[in-house]
Amino acid sequence: MERYDAIVIGGGLVGSAIAYGLARAGMRAALLDEGDVAYRAARGNFGLVWVQSKGDGAPHYQRWTRRSADEWPALAQELLTNTGISVGHQRPGGVHLCLDEAELAARHAMMERMRAQSGNFGFDYRMLDRGELADLLPGLGPAVIGGSWTPYDGHANPLNLLHALHKGFVEKGGHYLPNNPVTEAGVAPGGFRIHATGGEIGAPKVVLAAGLGNAALAPHFGLCAPVKPLKGQILVTERARHVLPIPITTIRQTVEGGIMLGDSQEDAGFDTSQSPAVMQTIARRAVLSFPWLRDLQIVRAWAALRVMPPDGLPIYDQSERFPGAFTANCHSGVTLAGAHANLFAPMVAAGVLDPALEAFSARRLDVPATA
Amino acid sequence: MVPAGASAAAAVLAAGFDSIRETPGSGSERAPYCMMGVCFDCLAEIDGVPNRQSCMVEVKPAMQIRRQLGARRIDPATG
Repeated sequence: MERYDAIVIGGGLVGSAIAYGLARAGMRAALLDEGDVAYRAARGNFGLVWVQSKGDGAPHYQRWTRRSADEWPALAQELLTNTGISVGHQRPGGVHLCLDEAELAARHAMMERMRAQSGNFGFDYRMLDRGELADLLPGLGPAVIGGSWTPYDGHANPLNLLHALHKGFVEKGGHYLPNNPVTEAGVAPGGFRIHATGGEIGAPKVVLAAGLGNAALAPHFGLCAPVKPLKGQILVTERARHVLPIPITTIRQTVEGGIMLGDSQEDAGFDTSQSPAVMQTIARRAVLSFPWLRDLQIVRAWAALRVMPPDGLPIYDQSERFPGAFTANCHSGVTLAGAHANLFAPMVAAGVLDPALEAFSARRLDVPATA
Repeated sequence: MVPAGASAAAAVLAAGFDSIRETPGSGSERAPYCMMGVCFDCLAEIDGVPNRQSCMVEVKPAMQIRRQLGARRIDPATG
Protein backbone atom coordinates (compact mmCIF):
# COMPACT_ATOMS: atom_id res chain seq x y z
CA MET A 1 0.00 0.00 0.00
CA GLU A 2 1.42 3.33 -1.10
CA ARG A 3 1.79 5.77 1.78
CA TYR A 4 1.55 9.55 1.65
CA ASP A 5 1.70 12.46 4.10
CA ALA A 6 -1.75 13.56 2.94
CA ILE A 7 -4.49 12.38 0.61
CA VAL A 8 -6.88 14.89 -0.94
CA ILE A 9 -10.12 13.42 -2.25
CA GLY A 10 -11.48 15.50 -5.12
CA GLY A 11 -9.47 17.19 -7.88
CA GLY A 12 -11.69 20.19 -8.61
CA LEU A 13 -10.89 23.79 -7.75
CA VAL A 14 -11.13 23.20 -3.99
CA GLY A 15 -9.17 19.95 -3.91
CA SER A 16 -6.46 21.03 -6.34
CA ALA A 17 -5.92 24.34 -4.53
CA ILE A 18 -5.51 22.54 -1.20
CA ALA A 19 -3.33 19.82 -2.75
CA TYR A 20 -1.14 22.46 -4.40
CA GLY A 21 -0.68 24.20 -1.04
CA LEU A 22 0.21 20.90 0.66
CA ALA A 23 2.74 19.93 -2.03
CA ARG A 24 4.24 23.41 -1.84
CA ALA A 25 4.65 22.91 1.90
CA GLY A 26 6.76 19.84 1.18
CA MET A 27 4.16 17.19 1.96
CA ARG A 28 4.07 14.02 -0.09
CA ALA A 29 0.50 14.25 -1.32
CA ALA A 30 -1.92 12.26 -3.45
CA LEU A 31 -4.87 13.86 -5.23
CA LEU A 32 -7.68 11.45 -6.00
CA ASP A 33 -10.15 12.25 -8.75
CA GLU A 34 -13.10 10.45 -10.30
CA GLY A 35 -13.40 10.10 -14.07
CA ASP A 36 -15.07 12.28 -16.66
CA VAL A 37 -18.47 11.36 -15.26
CA ALA A 38 -18.63 13.10 -11.90
CA TYR A 39 -20.44 16.06 -10.34
CA ARG A 40 -17.65 18.47 -11.34
CA ALA A 41 -18.74 21.78 -9.82
CA ALA A 42 -15.44 23.11 -11.23
CA ARG A 43 -17.19 23.37 -14.62
CA GLY A 44 -20.06 25.35 -13.16
CA ASN A 45 -18.44 28.63 -12.26
CA PHE A 46 -18.50 32.07 -13.78
CA GLY A 47 -14.90 33.08 -13.16
CA LEU A 48 -15.60 35.86 -10.69
CA VAL A 49 -13.21 36.44 -7.80
CA TRP A 50 -15.99 38.18 -5.95
CA VAL A 51 -16.14 39.87 -2.59
CA GLN A 52 -18.90 42.46 -2.51
CA SER A 53 -21.87 40.19 -1.95
CA LYS A 54 -20.28 37.56 0.29
CA GLY A 55 -21.03 37.41 3.97
CA ASP A 56 -24.07 39.61 4.58
CA GLY A 57 -24.95 38.63 8.14
CA ALA A 58 -21.76 36.57 8.48
CA PRO A 59 -18.77 38.85 9.02
CA HIS A 60 -16.42 35.87 9.35
CA TYR A 61 -17.28 34.88 5.78
CA GLN A 62 -16.84 38.44 4.59
CA ARG A 63 -13.33 38.44 6.08
CA TRP A 64 -12.41 34.99 4.77
CA THR A 65 -13.54 35.99 1.28
CA ARG A 66 -11.59 39.23 1.40
CA ARG A 67 -8.48 37.48 2.67
CA SER A 68 -8.79 35.00 -0.19
CA ALA A 69 -9.19 37.77 -2.78
CA ASP A 70 -6.11 39.44 -1.30
CA GLU A 71 -4.13 36.18 -1.72
CA TRP A 72 -5.20 35.83 -5.34
CA PRO A 73 -2.65 38.13 -7.04
CA ALA A 74 0.28 36.38 -5.37
CA LEU A 75 -1.13 32.94 -6.16
CA ALA A 76 -1.72 33.92 -9.81
CA GLN A 77 1.82 35.24 -10.15
CA GLU A 78 3.30 32.17 -8.47
CA LEU A 79 1.33 29.83 -10.76
CA LEU A 80 2.54 31.76 -13.80
CA THR A 81 6.14 31.56 -12.64
CA ASN A 82 5.96 27.88 -11.69
CA THR A 83 3.79 26.48 -14.48
CA GLY A 84 3.89 29.04 -17.28
CA ILE A 85 0.09 29.17 -17.22
CA SER A 86 -1.57 32.56 -16.88
CA VAL A 87 -4.82 32.40 -14.95
CA GLY A 88 -5.83 35.77 -16.37
CA HIS A 89 -6.55 37.37 -13.02
CA GLN A 90 -7.66 40.97 -13.08
CA ARG A 91 -8.83 42.97 -10.10
CA PRO A 92 -10.29 46.24 -11.34
CA GLY A 93 -13.14 46.23 -8.82
CA GLY A 94 -16.62 45.04 -9.68
CA VAL A 95 -20.11 46.30 -10.18
CA HIS A 96 -23.60 45.03 -9.46
CA LEU A 97 -26.21 46.70 -11.68
CA CYS A 98 -29.75 47.56 -10.55
CA LEU A 99 -32.65 47.91 -12.94
CA ASP A 100 -35.24 49.53 -10.67
CA GLU A 101 -35.50 51.62 -7.52
CA ALA A 102 -36.44 48.71 -5.27
CA GLU A 103 -33.33 46.76 -6.37
CA LEU A 104 -31.15 49.79 -5.87
CA ALA A 105 -32.52 50.50 -2.40
CA ALA A 106 -32.07 46.86 -1.38
CA ARG A 107 -28.52 46.82 -2.75
CA HIS A 108 -27.62 50.02 -0.91
CA ALA A 109 -29.05 48.61 2.32
CA MET A 110 -27.02 45.42 1.86
CA MET A 111 -23.80 47.34 1.25
CA GLU A 112 -24.44 49.38 4.38
CA ARG A 113 -25.01 46.22 6.42
CA MET A 114 -21.76 44.73 5.11
CA ARG A 115 -19.94 47.91 6.11
CA ALA A 116 -21.48 48.00 9.57
CA GLN A 117 -20.79 44.29 10.15
CA SER A 118 -17.19 44.56 8.97
CA GLY A 119 -16.15 46.28 12.19
CA ASN A 120 -12.51 47.27 12.18
CA PHE A 121 -11.85 45.15 9.08
CA GLY A 122 -13.57 47.80 6.98
CA PHE A 123 -15.67 47.56 3.81
CA ASP A 124 -15.26 50.21 1.16
CA TYR A 125 -18.08 50.55 -1.34
CA ARG A 126 -19.67 53.18 -3.56
CA MET A 127 -23.21 53.41 -4.83
CA LEU A 128 -22.88 54.71 -8.38
CA ASP A 129 -25.67 56.55 -10.14
CA ARG A 130 -26.56 56.05 -13.77
CA GLY A 131 -24.27 58.80 -14.97
CA GLU A 132 -21.23 57.44 -13.15
CA LEU A 133 -21.94 53.92 -14.40
CA ALA A 134 -22.37 55.14 -17.97
CA ASP A 135 -18.93 56.76 -17.81
CA LEU A 136 -17.47 53.45 -16.70
CA LEU A 137 -19.44 51.00 -18.86
CA PRO A 138 -19.79 51.62 -22.62
CA GLY A 139 -23.27 51.38 -24.07
CA LEU A 140 -24.99 51.02 -20.70
CA GLY A 141 -28.70 50.41 -21.23
CA PRO A 142 -31.30 53.02 -20.26
CA ALA A 143 -32.90 50.45 -17.94
CA VAL A 144 -29.94 50.60 -15.56
CA ILE A 145 -30.55 53.16 -12.83
CA GLY A 146 -27.54 52.60 -10.59
CA GLY A 147 -25.36 50.04 -8.92
CA SER A 148 -22.83 49.14 -6.27
CA TRP A 149 -19.07 49.04 -6.72
CA THR A 150 -16.26 47.82 -4.49
CA PRO A 151 -12.52 47.77 -5.19
CA TYR A 152 -12.13 44.20 -3.96
CA ASP A 153 -13.75 42.33 -6.86
CA GLY A 154 -12.15 40.82 -9.92
CA HIS A 155 -12.22 37.85 -12.28
CA ALA A 156 -10.04 35.12 -13.72
CA ASN A 157 -10.05 32.12 -16.06
CA PRO A 158 -11.20 29.13 -13.98
CA LEU A 159 -10.17 26.55 -16.58
CA ASN A 160 -6.61 27.89 -16.61
CA LEU A 161 -6.70 28.05 -12.80
CA LEU A 162 -7.59 24.34 -12.56
CA HIS A 163 -4.93 23.45 -15.11
CA ALA A 164 -2.28 25.55 -13.34
CA LEU A 165 -3.08 24.14 -9.89
CA HIS A 166 -2.88 20.58 -11.22
CA LYS A 167 0.34 21.25 -13.11
CA GLY A 168 1.86 23.03 -10.12
CA PHE A 169 0.84 20.17 -7.83
CA VAL A 170 2.46 17.53 -10.02
CA GLU A 171 5.59 19.59 -10.60
CA LYS A 172 6.02 19.89 -6.83
CA GLY A 173 5.98 16.10 -6.56
CA GLY A 174 2.28 15.49 -6.03
CA HIS A 175 0.72 12.28 -7.32
CA TYR A 176 -2.45 12.89 -9.31
CA LEU A 177 -4.61 9.75 -9.40
CA PRO A 178 -7.57 10.20 -11.75
CA ASN A 179 -10.24 7.59 -12.50
CA ASN A 180 -10.07 6.61 -8.83
CA PRO A 181 -13.44 7.04 -7.15
CA VAL A 182 -13.18 6.13 -3.49
CA THR A 183 -14.89 2.79 -2.88
CA GLU A 184 -14.01 2.27 0.74
CA ALA A 185 -12.28 4.17 3.48
CA GLY A 186 -11.27 3.25 6.98
CA VAL A 187 -9.08 4.09 9.87
CA ALA A 188 -5.73 2.31 10.07
CA PRO A 189 -2.77 2.59 12.41
CA GLY A 190 -1.04 5.85 11.50
CA GLY A 191 -4.09 7.38 9.97
CA PHE A 192 -6.39 6.42 7.17
CA ARG A 193 -6.66 3.74 4.51
CA ILE A 194 -8.38 4.76 1.29
CA HIS A 195 -9.59 2.19 -1.18
CA ALA A 196 -9.89 3.59 -4.67
CA THR A 197 -10.51 1.57 -7.83
CA GLY A 198 -6.81 1.70 -8.61
CA GLY A 199 -5.71 0.31 -5.29
CA GLU A 200 -5.20 1.15 -1.63
CA ILE A 201 -3.31 4.16 -0.32
CA GLY A 202 -2.74 5.40 3.19
CA ALA A 203 -1.88 8.65 4.96
CA PRO A 204 -2.12 10.22 8.42
CA LYS A 205 -4.11 13.08 6.89
CA VAL A 206 -7.07 13.10 4.54
CA VAL A 207 -8.85 16.13 3.12
CA LEU A 208 -12.36 15.64 1.77
CA ALA A 209 -12.75 18.09 -1.13
CA ALA A 210 -15.14 16.13 -3.30
CA GLY A 211 -17.76 18.84 -3.65
CA LEU A 212 -21.22 17.30 -3.78
CA GLY A 213 -19.57 13.94 -3.16
CA ASN A 214 -18.56 15.09 0.33
CA ALA A 215 -22.07 14.59 1.66
CA ALA A 216 -21.74 10.82 1.36
CA LEU A 217 -18.02 10.61 2.16
CA ALA A 218 -17.96 12.77 5.28
CA PRO A 219 -19.70 10.44 7.78
CA HIS A 220 -17.07 7.75 7.12
CA PHE A 221 -14.50 10.14 8.57
CA GLY A 222 -16.52 11.40 11.52
CA LEU A 223 -17.32 14.58 9.59
CA CYS A 224 -20.46 16.25 8.37
CA ALA A 225 -20.88 17.99 5.01
CA PRO A 226 -24.59 18.33 4.20
CA VAL A 227 -24.11 20.12 0.87
CA LYS A 228 -26.73 20.07 -1.85
CA PRO A 229 -26.66 20.73 -5.61
CA LEU A 230 -27.66 24.11 -6.99
CA LYS A 231 -28.04 24.23 -10.76
CA GLY A 232 -26.79 27.22 -12.71
CA GLN A 233 -26.83 28.08 -16.40
CA ILE A 234 -24.49 30.24 -18.43
CA LEU A 235 -24.44 31.69 -21.93
CA VAL A 236 -21.19 32.60 -23.73
CA THR A 237 -20.97 34.93 -26.72
CA GLU A 238 -18.64 34.93 -29.69
CA ARG A 239 -15.27 36.58 -29.12
CA ALA A 240 -15.28 40.33 -29.52
CA ARG A 241 -12.84 43.21 -29.16
CA HIS A 242 -12.65 44.35 -25.58
CA VAL A 243 -15.49 46.58 -24.46
CA LEU A 244 -16.18 45.82 -20.80
CA PRO A 245 -13.43 47.13 -18.52
CA ILE A 246 -14.73 45.61 -15.29
CA PRO A 247 -16.70 42.53 -14.29
CA ILE A 248 -20.36 42.78 -13.39
CA THR A 249 -22.04 40.15 -11.20
CA THR A 250 -23.78 38.54 -14.17
CA ILE A 251 -21.78 39.80 -17.17
CA ARG A 252 -18.04 39.61 -17.74
CA GLN A 253 -15.78 39.69 -20.76
CA THR A 254 -12.98 37.12 -20.72
CA VAL A 255 -9.39 37.84 -21.69
CA GLU A 256 -10.02 35.98 -24.96
CA GLY A 257 -12.97 38.25 -25.76
CA GLY A 258 -16.07 36.12 -25.22
CA ILE A 259 -18.71 37.61 -22.96
CA MET A 260 -20.13 35.35 -20.26
CA LEU A 261 -23.72 35.88 -19.17
CA GLY A 262 -25.38 34.50 -16.03
CA ASP A 263 -26.73 33.66 -13.61
CA SER A 264 -29.34 31.33 -12.28
CA GLN A 265 -29.90 29.45 -9.06
CA GLU A 266 -32.16 26.49 -9.60
CA ASP A 267 -33.12 23.90 -7.05
CA ALA A 268 -33.39 20.98 -9.49
CA GLY A 269 -31.70 18.11 -7.68
CA PHE A 270 -29.03 16.51 -9.82
CA ASP A 271 -30.64 17.48 -13.12
CA THR A 272 -28.21 19.22 -15.47
CA SER A 273 -30.49 19.95 -18.39
CA GLN A 274 -30.69 23.45 -19.82
CA SER A 275 -33.99 25.29 -20.08
CA PRO A 276 -34.92 27.95 -22.63
CA ALA A 277 -36.94 29.88 -20.03
CA VAL A 278 -33.91 30.35 -17.78
CA MET A 279 -31.67 31.15 -20.74
CA GLN A 280 -34.19 33.79 -21.85
CA THR A 281 -34.21 35.36 -18.39
CA ILE A 282 -30.44 35.57 -18.43
CA ALA A 283 -30.38 37.00 -21.95
CA ARG A 284 -33.15 39.49 -21.21
CA ARG A 285 -31.42 40.98 -18.20
CA ALA A 286 -28.11 41.12 -20.06
CA VAL A 287 -29.64 42.98 -23.01
CA LEU A 288 -31.41 45.41 -20.66
CA SER A 289 -28.02 46.12 -19.10
CA PHE A 290 -26.18 46.45 -22.45
CA PRO A 291 -28.43 46.64 -25.52
CA TRP A 292 -25.47 46.05 -27.86
CA LEU A 293 -25.28 42.48 -26.52
CA ARG A 294 -28.35 41.79 -28.66
CA ASP A 295 -26.19 41.64 -31.79
CA LEU A 296 -23.76 39.02 -30.48
CA GLN A 297 -24.12 35.36 -31.25
CA ILE A 298 -24.26 32.85 -28.42
CA VAL A 299 -21.70 30.14 -29.20
CA ARG A 300 -21.99 28.04 -26.07
CA ALA A 301 -24.39 27.47 -23.21
CA TRP A 302 -24.45 24.89 -20.46
CA ALA A 303 -25.89 23.99 -17.10
CA ALA A 304 -23.93 22.67 -14.16
CA LEU A 305 -24.36 21.74 -10.52
CA ARG A 306 -22.72 23.92 -7.93
CA VAL A 307 -22.26 23.15 -4.28
CA MET A 308 -24.53 24.80 -1.73
CA PRO A 309 -24.14 24.30 2.02
CA PRO A 310 -27.37 24.68 4.05
CA ASP A 311 -26.75 28.33 4.99
CA GLY A 312 -24.62 29.21 1.98
CA LEU A 313 -21.45 29.51 4.04
CA PRO A 314 -18.39 27.25 3.76
CA ILE A 315 -17.97 24.22 5.99
CA TYR A 316 -14.44 23.60 7.27
CA ASP A 317 -13.74 21.00 9.93
CA GLN A 318 -11.23 18.63 11.35
CA SER A 319 -12.85 15.47 12.63
CA GLU A 320 -12.96 15.26 16.42
CA ARG A 321 -13.42 11.50 16.33
CA PHE A 322 -10.68 10.92 13.72
CA PRO A 323 -8.16 13.77 13.98
CA GLY A 324 -6.28 14.16 10.73
CA ALA A 325 -9.44 14.02 8.64
CA PHE A 326 -10.42 17.42 7.29
CA THR A 327 -13.21 18.64 5.07
CA ALA A 328 -13.53 21.76 2.91
CA ASN A 329 -16.86 22.69 1.35
CA CYS A 330 -17.91 25.92 -0.30
CA HIS A 331 -19.97 27.51 -3.02
CA SER A 332 -17.24 29.86 -4.30
CA GLY A 333 -14.38 27.62 -5.32
CA VAL A 334 -12.86 30.21 -7.63
CA THR A 335 -12.91 33.12 -5.17
CA LEU A 336 -11.70 30.95 -2.29
CA ALA A 337 -8.81 29.36 -4.25
CA GLY A 338 -6.45 31.92 -2.73
CA ALA A 339 -7.49 31.03 0.83
CA HIS A 340 -7.53 27.31 0.11
CA ALA A 341 -4.01 27.21 -1.29
CA ASN A 342 -2.38 29.81 0.95
CA LEU A 343 -4.31 29.72 4.25
CA PHE A 344 -6.22 26.43 4.57
CA ALA A 345 -3.53 24.10 3.22
CA PRO A 346 -0.93 25.34 5.75
CA MET A 347 -3.48 24.68 8.52
CA VAL A 348 -3.87 21.10 7.31
CA ALA A 349 -0.09 20.74 7.13
CA ALA A 350 0.17 22.00 10.72
CA GLY A 351 -2.61 19.64 11.81
CA VAL A 352 -4.88 22.29 13.30
CA LEU A 353 -7.43 24.70 11.87
CA ASP A 354 -7.16 28.36 12.92
CA PRO A 355 -9.65 29.65 15.49
CA ALA A 356 -10.84 31.97 12.71
CA LEU A 357 -12.40 28.93 11.00
CA GLU A 358 -14.32 27.71 14.04
CA ALA A 359 -17.42 29.58 12.93
CA PHE A 360 -17.37 27.52 9.72
CA SER A 361 -17.59 24.19 11.55
CA ALA A 362 -20.59 21.99 10.74
CA ARG A 363 -21.39 22.13 14.47
CA ARG A 364 -23.23 25.38 13.67
CA LEU A 365 -25.72 23.44 11.60
CA ASP A 366 -28.49 21.69 13.44
CA VAL A 367 -27.59 18.18 12.30
CA PRO A 368 -27.54 14.91 14.20
CA ALA A 369 -24.17 13.72 15.51
CA THR A 370 -22.30 11.48 13.09
CA ALA A 371 -21.84 7.80 13.85
CA MET B 1 -17.32 27.75 -58.80
CA VAL B 2 -19.09 25.32 -56.48
CA PRO B 3 -22.33 23.37 -56.83
CA ALA B 4 -25.60 24.85 -55.58
CA GLY B 5 -26.07 24.10 -51.89
CA ALA B 6 -22.35 24.28 -51.11
CA SER B 7 -21.24 26.25 -48.09
CA ALA B 8 -19.46 29.59 -48.17
CA ALA B 9 -16.46 27.82 -46.61
CA ALA B 10 -16.39 25.33 -49.49
CA ALA B 11 -16.51 28.22 -51.96
CA VAL B 12 -13.55 29.89 -50.26
CA LEU B 13 -11.51 26.69 -50.30
CA ALA B 14 -12.47 25.95 -53.92
CA ALA B 15 -11.30 29.43 -54.90
CA GLY B 16 -7.84 28.47 -53.65
CA PHE B 17 -7.59 30.55 -50.47
CA ASP B 18 -5.19 29.20 -47.83
CA SER B 19 -6.82 30.91 -44.90
CA ILE B 20 -10.13 32.51 -44.05
CA ARG B 21 -9.34 34.28 -40.78
CA GLU B 22 -6.76 35.46 -38.25
CA THR B 23 -7.24 34.29 -34.67
CA PRO B 24 -8.17 36.82 -31.95
CA GLY B 25 -5.25 35.97 -29.68
CA SER B 26 -2.14 35.69 -31.84
CA GLY B 27 -3.41 36.63 -35.30
CA SER B 28 -2.45 33.24 -36.75
CA GLU B 29 -4.00 32.12 -40.01
CA ARG B 30 -6.78 29.58 -40.04
CA ALA B 31 -8.74 27.81 -42.77
CA PRO B 32 -12.09 25.97 -42.60
CA TYR B 33 -11.53 22.61 -40.92
CA CYS B 34 -14.37 20.40 -39.72
CA MET B 35 -16.84 21.68 -42.31
CA MET B 36 -19.68 20.70 -39.98
CA GLY B 37 -20.13 23.57 -37.55
CA VAL B 38 -18.20 22.47 -34.48
CA CYS B 39 -14.64 23.77 -34.77
CA PHE B 40 -15.26 27.52 -35.35
CA ASP B 41 -12.17 27.74 -37.55
CA CYS B 42 -14.15 28.89 -40.62
CA LEU B 43 -15.30 32.22 -39.13
CA ALA B 44 -15.74 34.90 -41.77
CA GLU B 45 -17.63 38.15 -42.21
CA ILE B 46 -20.53 37.33 -44.53
CA ASP B 47 -22.65 40.14 -45.99
CA GLY B 48 -21.49 42.46 -43.23
CA VAL B 49 -22.15 40.11 -40.33
CA PRO B 50 -18.90 39.14 -38.56
CA ASN B 51 -17.96 35.76 -37.10
CA ARG B 52 -20.32 33.70 -39.23
CA GLN B 53 -19.50 30.01 -39.36
CA SER B 54 -19.03 29.96 -43.11
CA CYS B 55 -19.38 26.18 -43.31
CA MET B 56 -22.95 26.55 -42.03
CA VAL B 57 -23.95 29.23 -44.55
CA GLU B 58 -25.08 28.27 -48.04
CA VAL B 59 -23.18 30.30 -50.62
CA LYS B 60 -25.28 32.59 -52.83
CA PRO B 61 -24.42 34.67 -55.91
CA ALA B 62 -22.92 38.07 -55.04
CA MET B 63 -22.41 37.01 -51.40
CA GLN B 64 -19.73 39.20 -49.79
CA ILE B 65 -17.32 36.98 -47.87
CA ARG B 66 -14.55 38.78 -46.00
CA ARG B 67 -11.77 37.43 -43.83
CA GLN B 68 -12.49 37.60 -40.08
CA LEU B 69 -9.48 39.50 -38.75
CA GLY B 70 -9.32 38.76 -35.03
CA ALA B 71 -12.23 39.29 -32.69
CA ARG B 72 -15.28 41.05 -34.04
CA ARG B 73 -15.91 44.67 -33.17
CA ILE B 74 -18.69 45.86 -30.95
CA ASP B 75 -20.25 49.28 -31.32
CA PRO B 76 -21.61 50.11 -27.87
CA ALA B 77 -23.72 52.88 -29.36
CA THR B 78 -25.94 50.37 -31.20
CA GLY B 79 -29.07 48.85 -29.70
